[in-house]
Amino acid sequence: MGDLTMGIFPSLVGSMSLDFAFKLGEAAVEKGHKVNLWLSGNAVMMAKKGQKAFKDYSHNQKRMLGLIEKGTEVTACEACAEARGYHKEDTLEGVKRHSMDWYLAKTVKTDRLLHIGGE
Amino acid sequence: MAEAKLLFVVQRPPYKNENPRLALTHAIASQTAEIYMDDGDAVIPIVAFVGDGVLNAVKGQKAMETYGVTSTEMHIKTSLLIDMPIWVCKEDMERLGLTEDMMIQDAEELGAEIKTTFVSYADIQKEMEQTNHLLFF
Repeated sequence: MGDLTMGIFPSLVGSMSLDFAFKLGEAAVEKGHKVNLWLSGNAVMMAKKGQKAFKDYSHNQKRMLGLIEKGTEVTACEACAEARGYHKEDTLEGVKRHSMDWYLAKTVKTDRLLHIGGE
Repeated sequence: MAEAKLLFVVQRPPYKNENPRLALTHAIASQTAEIYMDDGDAVIPIVAFVGDGVLNAVKGQKAMETYGVTSTEMHIKTSLLIDMPIWVCKEDMERLGLTEDMMIQDAEELGAEIKTTFVSYADIQKEMEQTNHLLFF
């Protein structure tokens, strides 16, 4: 089985790219692959505590926490989060925070790297 | 011991969204990635500007004066300073009426030894085929 890393960039609301990323992650986990998710740019908001679900907007938090439970490593870009005013204590349990060089280092060992979204 | 060749392909114009900036900051982060890697492992980045993304490499950007932020030009020059190849697609420059003298060609004032490379799309595609990972921004 392979190691799939996804760099995820879209915002929580406004496109379905984020939904696609999590669906793809679930499908890969289902097939037995190891999945790593790097949340960067606007996508770092996925890792913020206190999100409320509205029927008008996509809500992927439950899906992301489900992936974490199944062993998916989810990491948010620290600088992107700090620039948006949320800090370590605001981060959902189970989500790591790292700098961009950590993500670059991850690319050495992963079998496939995919980038999804961005505005 | 492993190394990963990374090709960052930037297709969006500057200052309209965060992606081109993220491409450069991620690529520059390769300089310090070794602290998270096993001994002997390495990442080797190239940044290629294609499509409207070539506008990122236009020289004379006034981002600090206009927006109060560091310019994409400064990020490109920093990339050259750390010997990270910067490629700009010639066909897309031509499409937008850009000539090499309008583009960031070097960062000599910072002490950079390498220069921007103006390449054909065929060269970029060839690199896409042989790189370990493609990172579209």
